Amino acid sequence: MNRRLRAVLSRLAQALPVILGVVLVSFLLTRALPGDPAAYFAGDAADAASIEETRVKLGLDRSMPEQFGLYVLQLAQGDLGQSLTTGQPVVEELARRLPASLELTLVALLVSCGIAVPLGVLAATRPGSWIDHACRLLVTAGVSLPTFFTGVALIYVFYYLTGWAPSPLGRLDFIYLEPPSVTGFFLIDAALAGDAETWFAALRQLILPAATLALFTLAPIARMTRAAMLSALSSDYIRTARAAGLTSRKILFGYAFRNALLPVVTTLGMVFSFTLGANVLVEKVFAWPGIGSYAVEALVASDYAAVQGFVLCMALLFVALNLVIDLAYSMIDPRIGFDSK
Amino acid sequence: MNTMTEIPPAKTALAEPQAPPVRSKGALDHVIYVLRDNPVTLLAFAMFAVLMAAAVLGPSLVPYDPLATNASEALQPPSAAHWFGTDNLGRDVFSRAVVATRLDLLISVAAVALSFVIGSALGAAAGYWGGWLDIALSRVLDTIMAFPLFVLAMGIVAALGNTIENIVYATAIINVPFYARLVRAEVNIRREAGFALAAKLAGNTDLRVLALHIFPNALPPMMVQVSLNLGWAILNAAGLSFIGLGVRPPTAEWGIMVAEGANFIVSGEWWLAIFPGLCLMFAVFTFNLLGDGLRDMVDPRRRT
Repeated sequence: MNRRLRAVLSRLAQALPVILGVVLVSFLLTRALPGDPAAYFAGDAADAASIEETRVKLGLDRSMPEQFGLYVLQLAQGDLGQSLTTGQPVVEELARRLPASLELTLVALLVSCGIAVPLGVLAATRPGSWIDHACRLLVTAGVSLPTFFTGVALIYVFYYLTGWAPSPLGRLDFIYLEPPSVTGFFLIDAALAGDAETWFAALRQLILPAATLALFTLAPIARMTRAAMLSALSSDYIRTARAAGLTSRKILFGYAFRNALLPVVTTLGMVFSFTLGANVLVEKVFAWPGIGSYAVEALVASDYAAVQGFVLCMALLFVALNLVIDLAYSMIDPRIGFDSK
Repeated sequence: MNTMTEIPPAKTALAEPQAPPVRSKGALDHVIYVLRDNPVTLLAFAMFAVLMAAAVLGPSLVPYDPLATNASEALQPPSAAHWFGTDNLGRDVFSRAVVATRLDLLISVAAVALSFVIGSALGAAAGYWGGWLDIALSRVLDTIMAFPLFVLAMGIVAALGNTIENIVYATAIINVPFYARLVRAEVNIRREAGFALAAKLAGNTDLRVLALHIFPNALPPMMVQVSLNLGWAILNAAGLSFIGLGVRPPTAEWGIMVAEGANFIVSGEWWLAIFPGLCLMFAVFTFNLLGDGLRDMVDPRRRT
């Protein structure tokens, strides 16, 4: 256990330079945003002197390295500054909107894993068959779908034509009250409150955006599952297992699948990164109140603190996820130790 | 270039896999063999030809001016006169969708070319000389990859300003790591290969050995990457336009057209958004199929 702990700590240390780089990049990006935040904060009626005063107050008159130092100091205290447009602290807004984005992303990933992994396994066990070709076609088509377009098409079919889906505006129809906030995930909160009606309402709102994201993530997962299963199935240990007369079920799931899982998990990490990016587009299409739509609004208004907070938040989320994936490796495959690295 | 591989590799070096000879009859046979085995790739080439024709000839072939508004014909459904219908300003959606091909392809080709050149130069230098250069480059690439790439592109376009060139730069920057890593790996395993050492012994400078003897070996996998990246680049550029960054209306561009059409989808005017979206899909689909086909040709082991 102690060794495991040390391994985790050393992996954490490896992530530090990347985090530093991320902070630096997000700082530089937002300092280059057009517009003068001092003029904005000082208000419309401000004259040159009061703008200058605000600039000094905000620390914007200092040199770049000094500003960066100041920024890191604030960051260390969990302060991401204030949004120019809403006047709210960025941290609070991000914290309030993050669960909406995460709920959407996680549900989408669960759905797409549930479809893609069995599909990939099936295609790999019957290479060259029609299901294999269908898988290839689906995979290539899926990766070519622009998420914003899929979203719009789904809205047309399921909202306008058939009327099955509720209007694509946010997480919950306005006739329902938000469930008492515990986790911020409406599905979990409503379940905790025992409110079946709200739970279904939240689910109905969630289905279309989640399906849009899932369609987009289906392709890489199915493709990697198929490739990994194929290489696992053609290896020597599978031949040995077959020769030893094990049942095909045991061979497929006990040996081949477990070995194929590693590259699939790696792909999952990559897919998560894509999904975080695609989230921005899907949230805009479905008016989903997550951090993606927050960022789009902030970008249009050159709201630098909000953009900075968003970019940083996304990158840190991604770094954390990669950390989790690396740790998951050693659980899936005991041969992978951190010491060998 | 590949003739150098015929010199027996040194004991320590990795044996050069039999790279497909490029300009012989055997290579052509191989291509035909792969194509016959996989008609989908043939289809991809045909689709690519259609796309190129639309980009080159499109603007002179379309029946209407893509920017000409006509209030009396606004929001017409598809008909014989307007194949894809008209939008809220009475512009012909078909003409706009075809004309947009050139802009979308130009953006993605320019971005991919830029990242190809930058990534190759950085990756080759890091793979050949190693040392602090390699370490510094890996750190920078790690940092870029630590961002969800679309989010980074959003940030870059917002910071540099809202122009088409900046979409190209942003797309190029987020694609550089893929090329740099690929080239670095390919160059690194051949750095000490027999043919490289022999070329150096024959009096070639480091730069010459790297550029003319080692780097060409990385080209086949790079071509696959280019084809796949073109698809991503189009998606990326259209996505940026969709959220209002980069290409500005009234320019005809697929992402903007979908964004503008999305406002009308809830009232049932589907043709505004669906047709440009399908064009976008067609282009990305073509490049993805093409990439898969090229991969089958240059590297049969990685067929998926």
